[in-house]
Amino acid sequence: MRKWLIMLLTVVLGLLGLAGCSDSDKASSDAKDGKVEITYGIWDKKQLPAIEDIIKLFNEKHPNIKVKTEITPYGQYFQKLETAATGGALPDVLWMNGAHVTQYAEGKVILPLSDMAKKDNYSLDNYPKSLIDLYTVDGKVYGIPKDYDTIGFWYNKKIFDDAGVAYPDETWDWTKLKETAKQLTNKDKGVWGFASTIANQEGYYNFIWQNGGYVISKDGKKAGFDDPKTVEALKFYTSFIKEGLSPTQAQMTETAASELFSSGKVAMMLDGPWMVPEYKKNPDLNVTVLPKGETRATAIHGLSNVIAANTKHKDAAWKFVQFLGSKEAAEIYAKTGTVIPAFNGAQDTWVKSVPSLNLQAFIDASEYSVPLPNAKSTGEIWQYEVDILKKAWSQEESIEDAAKELTKKANEALSK
Amino acid sequence: MKEIPLQTEVKPAKRLKAASLAKTRKRSDYFWAYLMIAPTMLGLAIFYLWPIIQNFYFSFTEWGSFGQYEWTGLDNYKRMLEDATLLQSFKNTGIYIIFTVPIGIFLSIIIAVLLNQNIKGKSVYRTLYFLPVITMPAAIAMVWKWLYNADYGLLNYLLSLIGIKGPQWVTDPHIALYSVIAVAIWSGIGYNMVIFLSGLQGIPKMYYEAAEIDGAGPVTVFFKITLPLLSPVIFFVTIMSLIGAFQVFDLIFMMIGKGSTALESTQSIVYLFYQHAFVLNDKGYAAAIAVLLLIVILIITAIQMVLQKKWVHYD
Repeated sequence: MRKWLIMLLTVVLGLLGLAGCSDSDKASSDAKDGKVEITYGIWDKKQLPAIEDIIKLFNEKHPNIKVKTEITPYGQYFQKLETAATGGALPDVLWMNGAHVTQYAEGKVILPLSDMAKKDNYSLDNYPKSLIDLYTVDGKVYGIPKDYDTIGFWYNKKIFDDAGVAYPDETWDWTKLKETAKQLTNKDKGVWGFASTIANQEGYYNFIWQNGGYVISKDGKKAGFDDPKTVEALKFYTSFIKEGLSPTQAQMTETAASELFSSGKVAMMLDGPWMVPEYKKNPDLNVTVLPKGETRATAIHGLSNVIAANTKHKDAAWKFVQFLGSKEAAEIYAKTGTVIPAFNGAQDTWVKSVPSLNLQAFIDASEYSVPLPNAKSTGEIWQYEVDILKKAWSQEESIEDAAKELTKKANEALSK
Repeated sequence: MKEIPLQTEVKPAKRLKAASLAKTRKRSDYFWAYLMIAPTMLGLAIFYLWPIIQNFYFSFTEWGSFGQYEWTGLDNYKRMLEDATLLQSFKNTGIYIIFTVPIGIFLSIIIAVLLNQNIKGKSVYRTLYFLPVITMPAAIAMVWKWLYNADYGLLNYLLSLIGIKGPQWVTDPHIALYSVIAVAIWSGIGYNMVIFLSGLQGIPKMYYEAAEIDGAGPVTVFFKITLPLLSPVIFFVTIMSLIGAFQVFDLIFMMIGKGSTALESTQSIVYLFYQHAFVLNDKGYAAAIAVLLLIVILIITAIQMVLQKKWVHYD
């Protein structure tokens, strides 16, 4: 008798377990009371407050579509997506960057949106053309631009004042940058003049382009890390570490450069407008355009919202994506100073959102901006950049050797 | 692992039962036994056995984006022979094992023996030593990373008070691995300690009483009675810690991290596996690494099984 009881219990528990699995599937696909739930995959926690506001506004119009946000830190975001895509479990709507869009579009895991946009008379002219181009693969648009970012030259006014040095402005060039970094570096106080972060978009890419070098050739077939102009730019950028004007690579691994900067240990560094919510907290900080090299240049890039190909709620997801690309959503992004909205005309609101910062610099910079590469293997190449260049950043290897190795690896990836 | 033989007592009265009855009885017992373990076996088969078989198959393939793969035969294994990073990661894992396993076991035995005495507040101490075990590894790694921070960390601050300039604990390639090892030992002591404590309490008191009558000192008692009688437990803990140490990942992932200058000299086999499987999306090669790791662990465990006859005493 007791055996039977135990046996029965086992079976029941087992079934419960199985039922548990299928139940949750149902809940997300079944629209019993007309309500559907879609998930929205993002990576930047700083934007969450603005996104929540946008979702609230969206729900006023579409009370039946519930949106759940899923944050994965950028470091793991694309790794998780790749695995999720393989298993058919992508969020319905998600953030995409230029480095990965070709891979995802050709892998058919995200939906082309051109036809739906045409059908709904959804105008793509509201966004800068360069951003639409970035998300166009084989003539089809896969992402609705969400924001864009150029790179700014951030500085700490207090450190400048203490040293009696004039603030940077648009007349600065590389020589002036080096000179000032020397003046501001103060070993006793533990203050560095500049931070040569191992970041590409908000770091060495800008210097490469200012020097007339290139990262990936226009046809997307060849990597240009060993181009003499590129090598020269990388050498200049890392010379700050060599001369003790920047924290070492090891120090920046232990404490992120952005933290050193916002706590007044670093006087100048390059960073994007996505850091505005963070840097505006410190009243000593301000921003201007990048110093110029041979020419003026800054990286431009923007994120977009894309729809997963295996979504069960295509209509709801498309409605949400349209709303995310709308003027109303752009206004929220702008007003809160979260990011520069991609929607044409909303940028002015953003510039005025944080009066203490000279945000106009980011808009001005878009005139001479260079888009980030978007060849299919860009995401993979970015991994190699960190792995290989860090040896040069830590002075273990010469820039020439690292550049050669990186070019070889990148060319292999591009030829795949 | 060899089962510690259980002494089952069979009552004489039961033996007298009819033989035929015993036979049918036995068969139905088997049926029930299998039925009872069926759910676990099913889970094991679905979540462990099948993935292992699949992994073995994938180690002969090369992966493209989003789950496409093609058969490439032994290519991944050939590539391994020339992979200096793989060799380095084996070396790193080896150093990690050589330090964490013996030191960890040694310290936990000592602590277990001490906490097995009648001292005041021993349950408080036991709790304190066990706390790291119930703390999330990620949290442990983050806290230690801050303690280790070269410029602003507590450790180097304390060192600076006595005039020593502390090293870059987690970014100096020559030191980082040992910093991780120290945290691993610290966080692993509690778990082993609990197992040793239960082992110690299983040693009959009469041996100690006999030793006392014979006039043995505490050191002699420890080496002649405690250690031999604890040897089955030590054996068990050694095997488990070794397997665990071979698979070290979380501490290195959290404490060292991607852009670190010390990554090459710290990355373990499983970290390399993760790197290939999930970062570079080179899942075929990653599967081959996993197969290699499995083989290495199997061989080492088999060697231990043979060697145990020389030092493990089962009562």
